Amino acid sequence: MGVQRSREPFLWALFSGGGMVSALCLPALALLLWIAPGMGWMEGPSYGGLSELARHPLTRLFVFGLITLSLYHWAHRFRYTLYDGLQLYHLNMLIAIVTYGIATLLSIATVVVVWFVL
Amino acid sequence: MNQDYKLFHPKWHRTRIPIFWWLRKRAYTKFITRELTSVFVAYGALLLLWQVWMVTRGPEAYARFIAWLKHPLVSGAHVIVLVVLLFHTVTWLNLAPKALVLHLGRRRIPNVVILVAHYGALLGATALFFWILVGR
Repeated sequence: MGVQRSREPFLWALFSGGGMVSALCLPALALLLWIAPGMGWMEGPSYGGLSELARHPLTRLFVFGLITLSLYHWAHRFRYTLYDGLQLYHLNMLIAIVTYGIATLLSIATVVVVWFVL
Repeated sequence: MNQDYKLFHPKWHRTRIPIFWWLRKRAYTKFITRELTSVFVAYGALLLLWQVWMVTRGPEAYARFIAWLKHPLVSGAHVIVLVVLLFHTVTWLNLAPKALVLHLGRRRIPNVVILVAHYGALLGATALFFWILVGR
């Protein structure tokens, strides 16, 4: 259990970083990238413009950081929501493995997409 | 408490709490709602990943993605997503003074200063995204 405890600050840092970066960035991105083009308020970024922007090293770094940290933010919060909200105390280890596992797998997918496919 | 200690512990008495205990009080419901905003944060992260993936697949695939965004159910759902994301933003930034206790010399930096700094960062980030993305 000593090992488990020492991991907690690290997971909390990921949770906290993800909470902050998603709080600051996601509302504007949701509005500009998804809602405005979806509602037809504006055309949204053109394919050419977005494709050029996405390949910029700073954009790659930002997109990777935002996605990965947001996923670990979800993993941490959702873990404790299941744990406290539904009182699944006996499934603690399983829930932790599933939530952080999903976040880790999707983070690997993000690295592949942002650095190798793009 | 380390919950491993109570696994298989035969003598403990625990009163049963209903699954929906958090609907009993507004504060509890707000707490669980706040925690569940993380699901929408994850959705936003995955949608952004999907959008980048569609950019890599070429103009036709990206056009199909935009057409999907225009579906009334999808665009309507995304407005709800934005509202929940804003709830996350406000609850998160309002907690900042509690999480961040900073001192300048011997004096503690007042909560208001920390709050204003965080909302300033929100404003700055939002302005930056408008500047980068609008008209691109």
